[in-house]
This record gives sequence, structure tokens and C-alpha cells, in this order.
Amino acid sequence: MATVTVTPQRGILRRPMATTGWWSWFTTVDHKKIGIMYGISSFLFFVLGGVEALLIRSQLAKPSNTLLNADQYNQIFTMHGLTMIFLFVMPMSAAFFNYLIPLMIGARDVAFPRLNALSFWVFLLGALFLNSSWFLGGAPDGGWFGYAPLSTTDPGNGMTFYALGLIITGVASTVGAINLAITVINMRAPGMSLFRMPPFVWMGLVVQFLLAFSLPIITVALFELLFDRRWDTAFFDPTRGGEPLLWQHMFWLFGHPEVYILILPAFGIFSEILPVFAKKPLFGYQFVVFSGIAIGFIGFGVWVHHMFAAGLGPVANTAFGISTAIIAVPTGVKIFNWMGTLYGGDLHLDPPMLFAIGGIAMFVVGGLSGVTHSIVPSDYQQTDTYYIVAHFHYVLFGGAIFAFFAAFYYWWPKVFGRMLPQRWGKVQFWILLIGFNLTFAPMHILGLGGMIRREYTYPASLGLTIWNQMASVGAFTIALSVLLFIILVIRTQLKPAGLENDDPWDARTVEWMTASPPPPYNFEEIPTVHSLDEFWHRKYAEDETGRLVRVPAGASGEEHPSAGGHSIHLPSPSFWPIVVSLGFPILGYGVLYSWWLVAAGAVVIVVGLTGWALEPSVAD
Amino acid sequence: MRTMRSRVPRKLLWVVGAILLTLLLVGCGKDLPQNTFNPAGPTAQSEKDVLILPLIIAGIVFVGVEGGIVFLAIKFRHRRGKDQLPSQLHGNTRLEISWTIVPAVLLAVVMVPAISMIWHLADIPPNSMEITVQGYQWWWGFQYMDEDMKVDYGANGPITTADVLVIPAGQTINLSLRSEGGGARSTAGTPDHQVIHSFWAPRLFGKQDVMPGAAGEGNHIVFSANEPGTYYGQCAEFCGLQHALMKFRIVALDATDWAAWVQARKSPAPTPPPGSDAEKGMQVFFGQGPAGEGGGQCIACHAIGGAMLNNITAESTAAPNLTDFGNQTHLCFAGCDFETFVDGNANLPALRAWLENPDAVKLGAKMPDYNLSEQQIDYLMAYLYSLSN
Repeated sequence: MATVTVTPQRGILRRPMATTGWWSWFTTVDHKKIGIMYGISSFLFFVLGGVEALLIRSQLAKPSNTLLNADQYNQIFTMHGLTMIFLFVMPMSAAFFNYLIPLMIGARDVAFPRLNALSFWVFLLGALFLNSSWFLGGAPDGGWFGYAPLSTTDPGNGMTFYALGLIITGVASTVGAINLAITVINMRAPGMSLFRMPPFVWMGLVVQFLLAFSLPIITVALFELLFDRRWDTAFFDPTRGGEPLLWQHMFWLFGHPEVYILILPAFGIFSEILPVFAKKPLFGYQFVVFSGIAIGFIGFGVWVHHMFAAGLGPVANTAFGISTAIIAVPTGVKIFNWMGTLYGGDLHLDPPMLFAIGGIAMFVVGGLSGVTHSIVPSDYQQTDTYYIVAHFHYVLFGGAIFAFFAAFYYWWPKVFGRMLPQRWGKVQFWILLIGFNLTFAPMHILGLGGMIRREYTYPASLGLTIWNQMASVGAFTIALSVLLFIILVIRTQLKPAGLENDDPWDARTVEWMTASPPPPYNFEEIPTVHSLDEFWHRKYAEDETGRLVRVPAGASGEEHPSAGGHSIHLPSPSFWPIVVSLGFPILGYGVLYSWWLVAAGAVVIVVGLTGWALEPSVAD
Repeated sequence: MRTMRSRVPRKLLWVVGAILLTLLLVGCGKDLPQNTFNPAGPTAQSEKDVLILPLIIAGIVFVGVEGGIVFLAIKFRHRRGKDQLPSQLHGNTRLEISWTIVPAVLLAVVMVPAISMIWHLADIPPNSMEITVQGYQWWWGFQYMDEDMKVDYGANGPITTADVLVIPAGQTINLSLRSEGGGARSTAGTPDHQVIHSFWAPRLFGKQDVMPGAAGEGNHIVFSANEPGTYYGQCAEFCGLQHALMKFRIVALDATDWAAWVQARKSPAPTPPPGSDAEKGMQVFFGQGPAGEGGGQCIACHAIGGAMLNNITAESTAAPNLTDFGNQTHLCFAGCDFETFVDGNANLPALRAWLENPDAVKLGAKMPDYNLSEQQIDYLMAYLYSLSN
């Protein structure tokens, strides 16, 4: 960068220059550093949500238990759901999208690097804001679904924190979604047509559109909830002409696409890992991509299946029963295509592959129980019971969390230049698989046996104690597996970086064509893409008998002598994203406590945006 | 070597199948009071029946897909020394189209009976008994709306009970569902805390939400109980602090017992004999205890049909109606959190704990603590258990 000479421009603050050191993490606009920060923070929230889950399972480990009282339990189950969905699975997906999408499409960064930093800092501060409620009179206790009018009349500040916290993290997701969608659309390497994109990028694109179209709905609903609570409006108050069902429609019109926001990244991860470890291409790439798009569309048309018992009448229940059954079809297509990918492969059962196969197997269980919800009369029995809890944990834990572990093992060498221990990784997989099934399989029986969700206690006379105990033992088994993973990570990170080979898995996609970990500029020279699985095709070619053989290194003529990346211009770091994002929690506290704080938050945001707009494009 | 390997998944399948079968058998245990798979009336029966075919198909798909995944993972696993790359199969359009269409057709098949059942369950047969179900935080009230179910005293209002719904076995019943506010902590006049509940007795019927306001008008459940007996249920929609303890029971009686029960409910609550503990309890209940003692303000919220003291009647609907408190069919109280009788005897310890400090036994309970003396509580308990026709 020493060669760049530009006339200095004036801004409010000097543009920061350091790209190393701890301070650089606060000003960075590098998608890789932001991705890592997203990953670390959301993993910490995963641990927090896990501790909440352990408290839930401890309370339910025996009938009429008094470990937690009703008030504590209601806060904990509400925060468990909110934390796992909004503070773990969504931002962890954002972590992988941030880190991988530019690398996979052969770009140097996202379209708007400063917005990317903004989206991370707003998420983190919003998440901390939401959790600060624990110390400010009590956490939200009306369920993650926040049904009005319970959520509007609930005493205390908990549900106000809920509305404000989700509005703030929603800002983060919206900003990130628009940024990543534009990145995928505009910044692909030469030759990378849409149908040469890796399936993970495809699923990422679909997810960004789902976010951009569903988050506004929940945001409007949350503002109405906030106004009802804070300024005595009556959007959801039936005694003054409001409509409680309005909240349910808006919440689930967001909430069901949200389910696919949570699970489609996992589908993308499975679709990346299976071909690499099977040594053959994804079976039916087009079908996998189109079924993902179809899921995205149909996902907006099934929300009433969360409300079959709300009394919308037989017409609505029939229509949404049918649409719920229909969405199983594209999901099934993906499962069969993944099985087709395994078929005839040379399956290397390393940890990424084990987690991917295990995740698919678990997701199938959740998919099948999901189909039974479309049988509306039976859903009258199933809804709001542990059967539903079993279903969505098989889908979201079995799908998303197994996929995340697969992705951790698979991309760890890419991100950190170190391999996580393979043998211990397999041990961790088996502990997780056993613990997972021990926890959630009994919940099917709990639900069909008549145990409702969200109850802090149950009597011994319900006759379901043994299944609750199994689930509690399982939950601690899951915790053991996660603990083992954390130990493996710490041990791995204490070792010096250094891979023998930048491409340890013999991978197929563009992100593995650069060094591991990648240099700040990602690619010294932007690769030209000729096919799906570009990297694989550069490494292997057919000989005269049609057998695949490895192309000797350097023979493809693509390599050039390294210039060390000196002439590559990268966006400079910036103070302004973190400044702007600081304004949001101040605004939030202001709404709760004082108009002066509202004014202060607004000033911080306006000053921040002004500084942002006037910031010189390069360091002076 | 090869034959041994292909046997492994089959054994695994047997093991998995055996575990599942055990789980299912235990899950179908007849002793579970809220077992959805042990229906005791036509509504729950049909809700279970439409699930059987989808469950069988799902079971077959489960075994096929899970078995397939395990089989593929074992059969095609990497073997040491193998360096030949597998054939690079990109897909098979015909196969992929077929595994799109076949599941779609299967789903269409299972949806047909399910959809016709949606419409069947929404029907209200003309000869149904009409009962209104009221959801409060956190207990249930029941009002019998038919003409021949009005009481013989006062303004001839409908028979009203709380916590326990008594019905004639075999009779088709239409429940109209309404969410109410109520509770002693409501602001004067206007009921607050109107929230969404869901009424569910798993062995008799699936749940239906109990909505406040106009949205809930028309929400109803049609059901009947095949045999006399006691059936358990509870609120299924999270409704605040004590959602877990918002329970109820349905007692189905044979024709003779039913006729006697209706007759008893139509008459006013018995007046305690002069000088008895129960009479002093009645004074406590009405807040007219002996000088210096005052009493509870029970009548601020609770009703006791036909009871009158110094021209004051107890008619508030903000808390459970206690007219039949001492009757043997009144199995439980305060959201069915407590048994009214243990082995046929009054459950005095539970009632005492409840009256001493409601908040301690049910955190957030809407019943205030009136700091009643032990003596007053004794009198009050005597009165409540005397309320039996």
C-alpha cells in the first residue's frame, strides 16, 4: 500500500490505518475478520443459550421440582429460544456467509465493507442490550413468539427489551442481507455465472432475500408491540378494538420464512461438504438449487400452520394444510439428492463428513414429523406440546447445528491455517449424536403423551417422568460434546499456524485456491471461472481412457509468480460503523428510561452517519 | 468380507426398529392421563385415526431413508489403499423427477381424509348441549347455556362451575370458548389480563385457542365422552406466570348421576346451621366476621349461588364460582392445582396452605393474601366444605 499516493481528503476523524493489533478489530472492514468476530460472538451466545437449556432440563428432571420458580423458568425458556434463534443460528450463518461468500465467488470483499462492519456491531450491541435485561428487572418472559395481548400487558420491562432488542438485531440482519445479496449479484469473478456458483452461495442468496422480505414484517409488528406497551396504543388490545390475531399473522408471516433462514445455510453446508468427501460432484446440482429457491418461495405461504388451533376456520386450515404438505416435496428432493451424492462415492468419513451425514439423518426425522403437522386434525392434538419441541429441535439442531459443526471442522484450516484434531472430532460427533437423540427423541413421546410446552413443572401423575429424565441426561451429554469441542478449539489455537497443504481436503471450490488462511486481499489475481467446482476441474482431468487423473501442479498455466499483493487496493478501516452502532442501544435504553437518552442516541447516530458520509475513501 | 459388511446395516435396522417399537408401546401406555393415543371420545378418536396412515408412510420413509443413509455410508466408505476416483456422476434427471413426483402423490393421498376431517370437526350437530368455557388467569370457568340448565334461585342464571366440567357421558357437547379477565387485582370494573388460552383435554379433543375479543367469537369444540369417568386437561397456550398450573378436569356421569347433579346444581347453596363453624365461616367469606376480626373479602371476586347474608349476595365472576365446592364431583380447586378430596375426605392441609398465602403456593396467583387468622381459616374451610347439595 505504500505505493498509493492520493491527495488527503478532509473528514471528521482521520481514517484509521492499522490492520493488525487488537484495536484493528474494532475498525476493520475486512469480511474475514468480521466473519470471525460474528463466529466468536455467536458461539458465545450458543454457550449461553446452552446453559439456559441445561437449566430448563434440570428443572424438568423431576416432577414438581422447585429448582426454578415459574417466573425464573419463563424468563429462561423465552431467552433460550431468542438466544438460539436470533443470537446464535442467524449470526453464525452470517459468520459463514461473511467469511466464505466473497472467497467462494472470487471477490476481494463484500460490496459495502463498512456496512458489513456496521451490521456486525449492531448485532453484537443489540444482543448485549437484550441480555442486559437480566440485570435490569428481568428478562423477557412472554415466549420468543411474544403472543399479544400477554406480551403487551405483561408487567415489568422484559417484553419491552424483547421488542427493542429484536428491532435492533433486525437492523443488523437487514443491512447484512442487502449487502450480501448485492455482493453475490455484482461481485462474482469473471466466468462465474449463477449456475457455476457453489450451492452454499446459492442458499446464501436465497436466505438474504428471505431476510430482506420477512424482517420488515416482524419489525412493524415489534414497533406496534412497543407502542402498545410504552405509549398505550391498542394495536393488539381487544377491549379497545385491537386485534390479537394481527400479531400472530405478522409474527408467523415472518416466523416461518425465518425457519428457512435458519435451515437453508445448513443445506448449503451439506451440499458443499458431501461432494468433497465423496470425491464426486453434487448429485443433481440444479435440482438442489431450484428446490432451495422453491422452499424460499413456498416458505412465505405456510405460516398459518403455526395457528391451526387459533380458530381461523376450515377454509384457512385446509389451504395451509395443503401448502404445508407441499413444502415437504422440495425438502425431500434435497435429501434424495444428497443420498445420490453418497451413492458410488469414495466416502472419507472425517469429522466434517460425519457431521454432515449425521445432520442429514437427523433432519429427516424432523422433516417427517413436520409432515404430520400438515394433518390438521392431528395438529390440534400436537400443537403446543413437546411433540413440536421434538420436531423443531430435530430440524434446527439436527439440521443447523450439526451443519455448523461440520462447517467448523471443514473450514477451520481455511480460516485459521490449523486442523482441528480429526480423531477427537469423531469422538465429539458420536457424543453429540447420542446426546442429541437422548434429549429430543423422548420429546415425541412426551408430546403425544400429553405434556405441553412452556410449563415450568409437571406432576408425577402425568406418567411421563422417565422420558423427562432421559431428555435431561441427554442435554448434559450434548453439553459434554460442546465442552469437548471448546477444548479441542483451545488446544488447536495454541499451536502455531501452518498447514502442510493449503488444500487439506482436496476441495472443489474457489475459496481453496488461495492460501489458508487467506491473505487480506483474498486472491492475488482474481481467478477466471470455467465451471462449477472450478478448483476440482483445475486439479483433475480425464486421460485418454476417460479416467480422472490429477493434473501436475503448474501444468494448467494459471499460476503466475507472486507479487506479494502489494499493488492491490483494499478498503481502509473505519471508525464510523462502531460509532453508529453505539447509538442503537442508547436509543433503546432511552425508550425505556428517558427521553434525554433517546436524544443522545439519535445524536450519536446522526453524527456517526455524517462522519461516515464525509469519510475520505483512503487513509491520509 | 463383502457379505459381512452388507449384513451390518440390516442388523442395525433391526436394533433401531426394536427400540422404536418399544418406545411406541410404552408411549401408548394406557395409564397416562393425557395420552392423545388413548382417545375416550369420537373427536379425539378421529384426530388420532387420520394420523395413522401418515404415520405408517412416515415410518416406511424413515426406515428407508435412515437405513439408506447408513447403508450408503458404510458400503461406500473409503478403504485404505483405494486411490481410484469414483465415477463422476452429475445426476439423473429421470430419477430426480420421480423422487419429486412420488412424494407429492403420497402427500396428496394422505391429505384427503385429513381435509375432510377438518370440515367434519367444524360442524356443530343440532342436538348439542351448549356450554361456555371461560379462560381466566389461571383457571377455567364453565357456564351451562341451555334453557333447562338454569338455576332455580336469584335471577335464574345458568348453572356455573369452575375447574371441573361435569357432563353426561355420550351426549354431544358444543363448547363456546371465551377469554376473560378477572381476578382481584383487576382495575375496577374493567377486566384486565385478557390473554389467549387454549382448551385441551387430550383423551377427548384436540386443542382450540380461547381468544379475547371479537377474534375468538365462533371458536368452539364439539366432543363427547364415550364412558363415564374423569378426564384430564389443561391450558395449552402460554398465558403467563402460572400457565403450567392452569388445569381442569372433565367428569362424565351416567344418566342417573347426571340428573341428580343437575338437580343439586339448580338449588341454592345450603345455609349453614346457626352457631356452627360453617356459619362463622360464611361471615368471614362475606367480610362480616365478628367485631374486630372483619374477615376476608372473598365475595369481592367469588360467587356462591343463592347464598345471602344480611341481604348481601355473592355474585362476582372475577374468580372461581364456589357453589359446589363441597360436592364430590368438584375434584380440584385453584386451577386444579389442588385436590379437593383425598380418599373421599376434605383436603384441609392444601386448602389451608392456599388460604394462608396464595402467592407462596402459586406464585403470582390473583387471589390476595387477606392475612386471615388460623381461626378464620378453620371457619372458612368448614363453610366451603359444607357447600354440597
